[in-house]
Amino acid sequence: MQPAVEFRGISKHFGAVKANTDVSFTIAKGSIHGLVGENGAGKSTLMSILYGYYRADSGEILLDGQARRIHNSQEAIALGIGMVHQHFMLVENMTVLDNVMLGSEGGFKLKANRARVEQELREICARYRLEVDPLATIHDLSVGAQQRVEILKQIYRSANILILDEPTAVLTAQETESLFEILRLFKEQGKTIILITHKLQEILDITDTVTVMRGGRVIGAVPTAGTTKEDLANMMVGRPIENNLPRAPYNPGAPVLQVENLQLLDDQGVKLLADIGFTLRAGEIVAIAGVSGNGQSELMEILSGMRLPTSGKLDFLGKPLPFEGRSDADGLPRTFRELGIGHVPEDRLRDGVIKAFSVMHNTIFGYQDKLKNRWGLLNFKAIATRCAELMKNFDVRPNNHDLRIGLLSGGNQQKVVIAREVLAQPKLMLVGQPTRGVDIGTIESIHTQLLKLRDEGVAILLVSVELEEVRALADRILVMCGGRITGELKIEEFDTTRIGLLMGGMHKS
Amino acid sequence: MTFDDLHIGSILVSTVRNAPVLIFAGMAGLFAERSGVIDIGLEGKILASAFVSAAVAFTTQNPWYGVMAGVLVSMLLASLQAYIAITQKGNQLVAGIAINIAMSGLTFVVAQYIFQQGGRTPDLGSARLFDVVLPGSEAVENIPFIGWLYAHLIGGHSVLVYLAFGLVPLVHWVVYHSRFGLRLRACGENPHAADAAGVSVERQRYAAMLIAGFLCSFSGAYLAIVQSGFFLRDMSAGAGYLALTAMVFGNWRPLHTFLGCLMFGFFGAVQIQIEGVELPVVGRLPGALIQMVPYVLTVIVLAGLMAKSVAPKALGTPFVKSR
Amino acid sequence: MNKDLPRWATAFVMPVLNLLSAMLVTALVIHLLGESPTESLAILVNSAVVNPEGLSYTLFYASTFIFTGLAVSLAMEAGLFNIGAEGQMYFAGLGLTLAMLSFDSTLPAIVLIPVGMTGAALFGALWAFVPGYLQAKRGSHVVVTTIMFNYIAAALMNTVIVKLVPPGEQNPASRAFAAAAEMPRLNQWFPVLGETPLNISFFLAIIALVIYGVVMSRSAWGYKVRAAGLNKHAAHYAGIRISKMIIIVMLISGALAGLGSVNSIMGSTHYLSLNFVGGAGFIGIAIALMGRQHPVGIFLSAVLFGALTQGGFDLSLEKQNIPPEMVILVQGLIILFCGAMEYLYAPAIAKMLNLKK
Repeated sequence: MQPAVEFRGISKHFGAVKANTDVSFTIAKGSIHGLVGENGAGKSTLMSILYGYYRADSGEILLDGQARRIHNSQEAIALGIGMVHQHFMLVENMTVLDNVMLGSEGGFKLKANRARVEQELREICARYRLEVDPLATIHDLSVGAQQRVEILKQIYRSANILILDEPTAVLTAQETESLFEILRLFKEQGKTIILITHKLQEILDITDTVTVMRGGRVIGAVPTAGTTKEDLANMMVGRPIENNLPRAPYNPGAPVLQVENLQLLDDQGVKLLADIGFTLRAGEIVAIAGVSGNGQSELMEILSGMRLPTSGKLDFLGKPLPFEGRSDADGLPRTFRELGIGHVPEDRLRDGVIKAFSVMHNTIFGYQDKLKNRWGLLNFKAIATRCAELMKNFDVRPNNHDLRIGLLSGGNQQKVVIAREVLAQPKLMLVGQPTRGVDIGTIESIHTQLLKLRDEGVAILLVSVELEEVRALADRILVMCGGRITGELKIEEFDTTRIGLLMGGMHKS
Repeated sequence: MTFDDLHIGSILVSTVRNAPVLIFAGMAGLFAERSGVIDIGLEGKILASAFVSAAVAFTTQNPWYGVMAGVLVSMLLASLQAYIAITQKGNQLVAGIAINIAMSGLTFVVAQYIFQQGGRTPDLGSARLFDVVLPGSEAVENIPFIGWLYAHLIGGHSVLVYLAFGLVPLVHWVVYHSRFGLRLRACGENPHAADAAGVSVERQRYAAMLIAGFLCSFSGAYLAIVQSGFFLRDMSAGAGYLALTAMVFGNWRPLHTFLGCLMFGFFGAVQIQIEGVELPVVGRLPGALIQMVPYVLTVIVLAGLMAKSVAPKALGTPFVKSR
Repeated sequence: MNKDLPRWATAFVMPVLNLLSAMLVTALVIHLLGESPTESLAILVNSAVVNPEGLSYTLFYASTFIFTGLAVSLAMEAGLFNIGAEGQMYFAGLGLTLAMLSFDSTLPAIVLIPVGMTGAALFGALWAFVPGYLQAKRGSHVVVTTIMFNYIAAALMNTVIVKLVPPGEQNPASRAFAAAAEMPRLNQWFPVLGETPLNISFFLAIIALVIYGVVMSRSAWGYKVRAAGLNKHAAHYAGIRISKMIIIVMLISGALAGLGSVNSIMGSTHYLSLNFVGGAGFIGIAIALMGRQHPVGIFLSAVLFGALTQGGFDLSLEKQNIPPEMVILVQGLIILFCGAMEYLYAPAIAKMLNLKK
């Protein structure tokens, strides 16, 4: 039997960046194939080529033994390839039915086909146990349900090859298990599945074969049976990962942050945060673990002054945080900074830096009023000196402070942000997803930096979706789900299963 | 004139006759913006088509040729805007303003060059579009109220008026019940989703802009051929912006936008009637002050409703495939 | 793509190419109108630059344009598209006039001029306040609201100016101000300038440019304005008060546009007349885009438009087919090429510099 998909010598570059170099491997029909690698390894690019978004510079793709040219997503769909993206391709204010019909409406008048499509969708849902109501509007659905809509779309279009790009990034443990059940059903029906992920456990749990990519190349293409997580990790990274960084013994000081009964409701009255309460002491790292979207971001926004809570007691160094009497948070982050709260935001490009400004200008971002003279003019000499010191201490490359920060790599950008906040000598550091989009070497140095801060007596609140990162850094762990803290553990009690269950605590699957 | 002299009847008839300028432009703007492209250039397209349709209508003594010429010019401008917004991914606001200003200058210069009448076109006289007289209008003329309603409110308007009013349900159907409309809305809400579904976002937006150009031209033709009978510099007087406001007021929905256009048409009609009338308490209002009303109204609408107004999510953002 | 080009390419080569494109289209239109573009250009340059009196007029117009250009540029730095400079300058004329009509018989020139400037700036700021406030607090788009305020200003001033006409006069204008209320003219010191209205406003405009340049590039406030214009989310993270920033920027923008009226009224006509603004507010938009919000760019663009205005006027006298309204078309074309199609030539430049491999 011919393999469902075969890549032969695929290469693709974008300018100077070689996204794929001579990629060759096969995927058997009726199997679940894992595609694993770090950020920037080339897996998304390869799948984009398969789905017609890009054209490879050289090499060919064979489907069922036949060489095919795929020029756009329409052709890919016609060839039976379907893709469920990491960021859902759904129109929020339309129904499931309309979203499915988009692109394959079947005629100029919609009405003629609506009933027929609705019927088909119900049949598909029944067959694959998808549990989706075709007449529901997308923004009323849970994240897990939205993903099922994406899968539904692909099946409706008779996809035989289903590509899933990091599908479990937004799911709880229970939802992940449901998804895997659906995938197993597909496999039984003879469909081929390509699972892009960086979660090694998932590879072992569900895939039959796995390809590991690194730096645009295929490092290994092996059957999953007989592979270990360590093997995969080594192939992915190229060297054994440092798991235990040095840290001082756990000796927390006085309470720095005390949160009690924190509530946050949005404009529609939906509870984004409910009954949040915890204490953070000097010299400790408390990590908040949990799947993205369970209130962690909102919590960080409140603690950094970017957003107002609905109610609750929040004390910093014994005094209430200045939320009283405000109708909005305009300008509040400045007050919080002056109090001694530093913030490394989760989304550094959206919140933490100005892409068009130079590195030097970004090193004073948030602190611009502290560096002006009495005429209101910035003291550029002092700023430049400060910046040079910062870039040296944190090894920011390239060492040119006039470069626009948008031109630096993600890791170096992050180093600038962290260095900037650290330089202000905060008593509390809020750190969100510090190593997102950061290369492996920099991850270690960022972790080392955070531990150093902790050892020096700074209280650190870390939000991270990466359990490995949580395990590497935390003294204590809080797990959040559905806007609540579902559990608290000390680092010695770290247990993936237990945390996974807590992360899925309040969710309906 | 006293307060009692305000004829509600003539106000209503005027409303019906004022609305089409805004309806055509409003529907045009709707198509563009629903696809995700901001169309601030309605004003310029109205002016351009007003001039061209008046000039051609006069030269050929045939209003329909004028209308067709106006359509051509407006669609040309729309395709320029589309090129800037979609292919060049330039600033859509700036593009619209550029077209408005450029057309303001160009129409005057060309009008002056051709007709030597201080930047206007000569009066069309009888070369204007026909009025639709409903059958039996004369017969019912004497029946109180019903006669007036049938012969003057519903019937007796220029053919373009009926086109404008008839356009609204058609636009509604296209936007919500056709394949084109579904794809249009997807491009305006989440172009990435449309793209992933195999829809060409660029082609859809180009199509939307061309339709906008097509519809908008009738606004100019109506102004010049039906309402005035000639082209005068800057005669659009902000109609393009008023139409956009009606669209915001109507939450980017055809039927509600139509109501917004009617509202502006109503106030425009009241404004003319109120001139010279002794109102209780305030007395006579100066004409210039009344002139302000539609614009002040626009600001009020934008101030009050923007918070609840839901624009198409991807409005104004050029589509770049991101992988 | 365009961010990879070296600074000199984006700051000089591109704007020049864009300007040339606008000029080329203009030349084409002139040709179609039956006139010679080269001859027209010669007449224009002669009138606006070579002839000392013409040059004086050019700089006189430029003085106003610098202020409106600054007004739009400042707002653009904050991410706001202030189309209302026209109305702000018009309304500011009223503030200036009210001050002059009240004090011109009692105060000496040295006090009168600052008083007039204050009146203009105040009223200009006032006219920009509502759009600024609505954008900051209600999210109403400043583009449409400022356009509306232009129309409202026109209607309002129509009513007011009529009331200011002295009894027995036909001209729709206020009475003339006392001699003390006149800006000192430069022909006092440079007789070669002839009977032209070029006055010290020109130097005030230069001073304003310098202040603008220093503030935007070297002050903490200027830093915050640019940050807010580039990325509102990050600006909020950095503790910048966005609502306050929007309102203050609009106020200052309106005040700058208002100061443009000082040159036109106190420097030239010495009375408030209907439509005295004559499109200066819209020219300010073209200047801000062409000059890329940089003080040197604004200066050069303002002088260019001053030349177009002066030269265009003389051209219309010699060539009947090229009326002064032609300048409006040029404005629109410049906004088109320098604003909307800014990066039209970027790929070509990149190819020439071999940046694309």
